[in-house]
Amino acid sequence: MAAELWLVFWTLLKILAITIPVILAVAMFVYWERKVIGWMHVRMGPNKIGPLGLFQAFADVVKLLLKEVVVPANANRFLFFLAPLLALVPALAAWAVVPFGQGLVLANVNAGVLYLLAMSSLGVYGIILAGWASNSRYALLGAMRSAAQVISYELAMGMALICVLVLAGSLNLTAIVDAQAGPKGLFDWFWLPLLPVFVIYWISGVAETNRAPFDVAEGESEIVAGFHVEYSGSAFAIFFLAEYANMILISFLAAVLFLGGWLSPFPVSWGWIGTPGFGWLLVKAFVFSFLFLWFRATFPRYRYDQIMRLGWKVFIPITIVWVLVAGCMKYFGWVTIGG
Amino acid sequence: MNPQLLELICFYAFAAVAVVSALMVITLRNSVHAVLSLVLTFFSVASIWLLAQAEFLALALIVVYVGAVMVLFLFVVMMLDINQEKVREGFIRYLPVGIVVAAVMLLEMLALIGLRAMHVAVMGPNPATEAGMSNIAWLGQALYTRYLLPFEVAALILTVGLVAAVVLTLRHKAIARHQNPSEQVRVRDRDRVRIVKMDAERPQEDQA
Amino acid sequence: MSRITSYFKSLLLIEMFKGMGLTIRYMFQPKYTMRFPMEHIPKSNRFRGLHALRRYPNGEERCIACKLCEAVCPALAITIDSAPRASDGQRRTTRYDIDLFKCIYCGFCEESCPVDSIVETSIHEYHFEQRGENVVTKQQLLAIGDRFEQDIAAERAQDAAYR
Repeated sequence: MAAELWLVFWTLLKILAITIPVILAVAMFVYWERKVIGWMHVRMGPNKIGPLGLFQAFADVVKLLLKEVVVPANANRFLFFLAPLLALVPALAAWAVVPFGQGLVLANVNAGVLYLLAMSSLGVYGIILAGWASNSRYALLGAMRSAAQVISYELAMGMALICVLVLAGSLNLTAIVDAQAGPKGLFDWFWLPLLPVFVIYWISGVAETNRAPFDVAEGESEIVAGFHVEYSGSAFAIFFLAEYANMILISFLAAVLFLGGWLSPFPVSWGWIGTPGFGWLLVKAFVFSFLFLWFRATFPRYRYDQIMRLGWKVFIPITIVWVLVAGCMKYFGWVTIGG
Repeated sequence: MNPQLLELICFYAFAAVAVVSALMVITLRNSVHAVLSLVLTFFSVASIWLLAQAEFLALALIVVYVGAVMVLFLFVVMMLDINQEKVREGFIRYLPVGIVVAAVMLLEMLALIGLRAMHVAVMGPNPATEAGMSNIAWLGQALYTRYLLPFEVAALILTVGLVAAVVLTLRHKAIARHQNPSEQVRVRDRDRVRIVKMDAERPQEDQA
Repeated sequence: MSRITSYFKSLLLIEMFKGMGLTIRYMFQPKYTMRFPMEHIPKSNRFRGLHALRRYPNGEERCIACKLCEAVCPALAITIDSAPRASDGQRRTTRYDIDLFKCIYCGFCEESCPVDSIVETSIHEYHFEQRGENVVTKQQLLAIGDRFEQDIAAERAQDAAYR
């Protein structure tokens, strides 16, 4: 009995060891986003609160938590408050299967990739229910757009993941990283044989998280703020947290699936720089999360029908073709799998 | 507390949630709430499958049904503005027919389960664990070797269904004006703008 | 043919990369931001800000209550009452109010003044805390003039050649 209790306690501790850094990373990521976008606009970004404005995100959190949560008239109260939680829970739950290093994972399940797909498809419920429950036209429009967009891009994303699975021969994320190990370092990772699919995975990831240029669900210039227009205070903060946690998650996954996770880009003979470690994963994920901000500062918002065209008529055909190509690669041994 | 008992408790808990939420699907008045309880039903069933170590089926259920199908359901239901009175109008009139249909279905199901129970063991050993591989790998092997033909036929039928749905709903109206995003994306500046270079000219003398 | 080439061009995301190259170049450019309370944007000596009433070097107020500024003011922001001064019977204002909410800072009052009494200083950072503070009185205007006389005189001298 004591051993079981200890197991429960230990698991809880491990969960906290993942979620708290994720939440802190979200706070710093928000600050970093404002800084980077400021720089790209030839502005300075936040620089008043704390040294270099580092405490800006915490000031924002305090502000949001102290604000009143306004419930619109005729809103469905239960669903209105359930929606932010439904958005947050999958965003945090998905981190359970992300491997941070060799054997450094909360749940080393066989169906890791499937679990990730399941969790990312659940996030859309928060958005849809928020749009419907707040009894507002703009919110409903945002929810509709988001639902269609997430379903469409999940197909492209799933197909891209299938290419990875075909090459790695496993649904387990640790096994996928191991399959990318090799003497050639950088050129043994899956981004090279799967380059088109890698790009499509990344763009679909941006679309899945409803980020610019695919942020029609939010679309502040057309539908005010889309699905969370009626949310304020801490309820809004939870949506915010979920969105940014998802962004960081997608960045980590891109690194794990296509860029060899914690593997070093240099050969092992180069000493410490060639040894795999958590630091490499962090560096790769940071580059990807920077890409999110770079996209947002660069591209104007897609129109809704153009998003649908891109997803269905461009991405899905390319990924289907590349599943075949990946199958050939594996079958004829064009690429070496595992070191 | 032995693990078997714990598993049994979990099974009954998930099963109870599944049954209650399934009941809620047909009793709740708000159709959005009904759809959400259907989502909960799927979830509980997926959990039961996870207990039975069928993790591929469980996750596929969540990805396909909860992640895609039910989202589309919600999509449609949110657009509806169902008049509750009208829906309940024929309730009493159709009740006897409904009860008869339900009774027949129950009888059929009981007969089926009873017959099978008499003929075969309730549950054979898990073939995946017997073969010593993961559930997913075993399922993939079975689908692509032993059941390849039925699998491909099912895929073909689904494709035909997809094409049929498109053909049935696609209508080209001559009057309606459509945008063609592909064409719009393909437009370059030189298709729309002509830059003319010309020398500066003096105004003509004594025109006025 | 052009369709095919444009298709492959769009597949290679050339235009996307061009745009991203532009933003990354801007990211490392020096920033235009002024850190306002610490830094100020350079201001012209012709800047028209808060009003002031000036005095002669001997301490006599310049205003002779001709009411030209009141007449020319397009926003009707200036109100003047006048009466002979008790001590020497000179024509002087008893009231000189400017409603700063009405004022559009056009500078016509300054242009019309025959004795360079009403001027607009280059002060633009001021605020009101109470209702009614937006109407500045003669005493306040004279006080502003006394306090910033040196700046006002310097600005007028700089611009004198062009008037």
